Amino acid sequence: MEEKLHVVIGLEMHCELKSNSKVFSTGKNSYSDTANENISPVDMAFPGILPVLNKYSVEEACKMASILHCDITKYMLFDRKHYFYPDLPKGYQITQCTRPVGINGYIEYDLSNEIKRADITDIHLEEDAAALDHMHNTSTIDYNRAGVPLLEVVTEPCFRSAEEAIAFLENMIKIYQYTNISDADTKRGQVRCDVNISLANENNEYVTPRVEVKNVNSLSNIYNTIKYEEKRQKNAYLNHTEELVQETRRYDEESNTTIRMRTKVDAIDYKYFVEPNIPPYEISSDLLDKITKEIPELPLSRKQRYLNEYNLTLEDANTLIKNKEISDYYDECIKLGIDKIQAANWVTVNILGELNKDNSSIKDFYITPIYLKQIIDSINNNTISSKQAKEIFNKSIVDKKEPKEYLKENAQISDESYLRDLINKIVENNLEQKQAYLNGRTNLFDYFVGQVMKETKGKANPNMTKEILNEVLNK
Amino acid sequence: MLNHLSIEELHQKLIKKEITVEDLVNESIKLSKELQDSCNAFDFIIENPKNYGVTDNLLSGIPYGVKANYSTKNILSSGSSNTLKDYVPFFDATAIKKLNDAHAIIVNKTAMDEFGMGGTGTTCRTGTVKNPWDNTRMTAGSSAGSACAVAYGVYPYALGTDTGDSIRKPAAYCGIVGYKPTYGMISRYGVFPFASSLDHCGVLTRNVKDAAIVVDNMKGIDENDMTTWNSSNINLYKSITGEVNNKKLCYIKEICDISNYDNPSDELVSHLNNFKEKIELIRSNGIEVDEVSIDKKLLNTVASVYVVLSCAEATSNMSNLTGIIFGPKGEGEGVFDQIKDHRTKGFSPLIKRRFVIGSYVLQRENQERYFKNAQRVRRLIVDEWDKLFKKYDGVILPVGSGPAKKLDDDSNTLANGTTILEEHLQIGNFGGFPSITIPDGFINNLPVGLNITGKRYDDANVLNIAYKIESLMDYKNQIAERK
Repeated sequence: MEEKLHVVIGLEMHCELKSNSKVFSTGKNSYSDTANENISPVDMAFPGILPVLNKYSVEEACKMASILHCDITKYMLFDRKHYFYPDLPKGYQITQCTRPVGINGYIEYDLSNEIKRADITDIHLEEDAAALDHMHNTSTIDYNRAGVPLLEVVTEPCFRSAEEAIAFLENMIKIYQYTNISDADTKRGQVRCDVNISLANENNEYVTPRVEVKNVNSLSNIYNTIKYEEKRQKNAYLNHTEELVQETRRYDEESNTTIRMRTKVDAIDYKYFVEPNIPPYEISSDLLDKITKEIPELPLSRKQRYLNEYNLTLEDANTLIKNKEISDYYDECIKLGIDKIQAANWVTVNILGELNKDNSSIKDFYITPIYLKQIIDSINNNTISSKQAKEIFNKSIVDKKEPKEYLKENAQISDESYLRDLINKIVENNLEQKQAYLNGRTNLFDYFVGQVMKETKGKANPNMTKEILNEVLNK
Repeated sequence: MLNHLSIEELHQKLIKKEITVEDLVNESIKLSKELQDSCNAFDFIIENPKNYGVTDNLLSGIPYGVKANYSTKNILSSGSSNTLKDYVPFFDATAIKKLNDAHAIIVNKTAMDEFGMGGTGTTCRTGTVKNPWDNTRMTAGSSAGSACAVAYGVYPYALGTDTGDSIRKPAAYCGIVGYKPTYGMISRYGVFPFASSLDHCGVLTRNVKDAAIVVDNMKGIDENDMTTWNSSNINLYKSITGEVNNKKLCYIKEICDISNYDNPSDELVSHLNNFKEKIELIRSNGIEVDEVSIDKKLLNTVASVYVVLSCAEATSNMSNLTGIIFGPKGEGEGVFDQIKDHRTKGFSPLIKRRFVIGSYVLQRENQERYFKNAQRVRRLIVDEWDKLFKKYDGVILPVGSGPAKKLDDDSNTLANGTTILEEHLQIGNFGGFPSITIPDGFINNLPVGLNITGKRYDDANVLNIAYKIESLMDYKNQIAERK
């Protein structure tokens, strides 16, 4: 009998935080191409050094805990996690397990426009290790990364497909970026995951032991890891090709497989205990109030608003929320009263097209929402055509001049009495042509239009010109 | 001889230009070398110490010694361990920086039990430190060299650290004053850790007032040590008045009464009798002293609680000693073999034993039973002492079970030092209490001491009482007279 199995995934998502200094030292927290440039004695664990907690990082951690609807502890503790490894100068990592920043939270994310919920076990603040680089017969250690603040979000085993896990991570990355807590740049290794994978049957009973794949560092690798493990475990379980045990594995990018590191039998005992050099750290309700106020509207909420209230297409909504600055720009347009659909079109087509040319930021973009409104208003009251609008948009960017300036030059003459006087004068000066026209040479109508355009340098409102001409010639 | 004078006296002479800084430093270096030959007190003697001149500061221009576990910039700081035998820090411990600012002059680094782990002065990388009163006796430890040098008159003071009794016991065995202030009063930044929750910086001197002067210059909140607190409103030196009206002390019957000990040695009998005499002396000079009772069962846990907690923290704190970043690089194939080799060769057997204990009590399956329970019992003991401090200004107790032990009778290891008399000073570390040892007599021509421990942040009161008691006896400023 074929059993119906599904994969169950829990994630431990590590993300490097932005800050001036490291989480327990005054060493600079900044990416550098020069190795061992941003270090303090604390980062290299010279004898006698002590950790000093970075208050800014604590606030950012609390902010994330608040976004994840966690119970936030009143007094935070830190713990030492011990193991010997050349990238860990103290011989232990300072992390949190006894009393982390937050526990028991959840966050909503969307997958193919369906809202799902991920349950959060805990969120804790810890320090990164140094970066190792292995050459063929030697290894180098770069301590720039040692002590960089990391936030680790641990989920319950709540994902039932690789797609769900990736959608959750994408949503989390956007939250980090929207709140400016982290750049969450996967290309620079700022997001790394431990992925826990096992199989369950239709009754949600686990049928395989939990496998932890450590330190997978890009969304595509995480996706591949889950897909590979799902296949490997199903095959092993159904066809008894190998014995499944609780174990720790790693992802191998070259072969796109996972490889065993250690089984439960030789699991490391990290000998955790509370870090005695950091007294219990109080998180006051005042601090929490302050932090909550700093949280902007988050991407999922914006997307829902664009879709349900503004009736934007899914594609436009997704494009707009990709980046907070663009979404903020768009929201500013709406605040100024620009039509929602028109604004979305202009932002997603013209503005993003312009920005993509040189990868520039919308923050530095010359056409502000106010300028954009000048252009769109002129289209809507028929003073310019959409073709002219695009021309003004381009000129404005090149010359760095307000669109308003060009609208003056470009404006159509729609003043009826002015046009009527002008047309009367032209007809009086061309009585021969008028007679010929009345005698049946109807193509002479265009001659008169040409005369009007000549006199007005092409700015006469063409519809109005035709109307008045008709009237005057046929009188 | 100049360095046998008190800090106040030396300062007056320097200000009046009766003596020069060079006189003091030269004498100090001469005595250091003499003492190194006889007692092996130093890890490193500095040949040309820097002289920053004399100022208003009482410590300016006066030489002093630094225990080998303080980081001193550009000066060898080995922690008396082979794992750091060539380690020269590029930064000063905060306490050292403050003393530099006071223009105090470091003349040597004193030998100690390796990384402070040991109470005998026999596990220094440079060998055994001998008692300056009797070279066949130990100084106790771990601040062995500091106690030895101050007792010999090399300088008026030397820095120590105290995790269990490492300042206060050697002070008693060497006939001098040893003071460890409230936890967090002096920054531990740059001081090699042993057990962070128990570690204290402090000082060894020959009188109470000198201890106050030195700690006034070392203390203060430090942005590099989150456990420090602001003591800017406390001036220990100026608080010493000798006025002790309405002061109350207590001693503990279960520790001080001879009936608690089976087959007591002659030395123990004399020691406790001497203590009782001194209590009477104190009573007759205006300080009330009560006898109180504490559950013996609780007292008997002190030593094991100390072993479990200090070993656990030590094994963690010393995980940075791998020979990768500093210290001699180990030999072997691959980094793990190199770390193993560095640690196997570098640490003494005593330390390795303690690492094994520390790892054992922290293991997942043992943590609850040993480590967590030890933390709970520590809390119970501290609560009991806090209760005493509601009624009393301090607890006064004899230090150790008599004078310094013979070096050939090296039985003062953790396993054997089980009597509460030997271990009760550790309570001062459990609670972070201010605690001071002063000499209170002689047994067989060897000094013995008593200890006063008070409540947290009440250092000024404790020192003032100690100062009064010191003034009732004849052991102030004594220098070791070798047999």
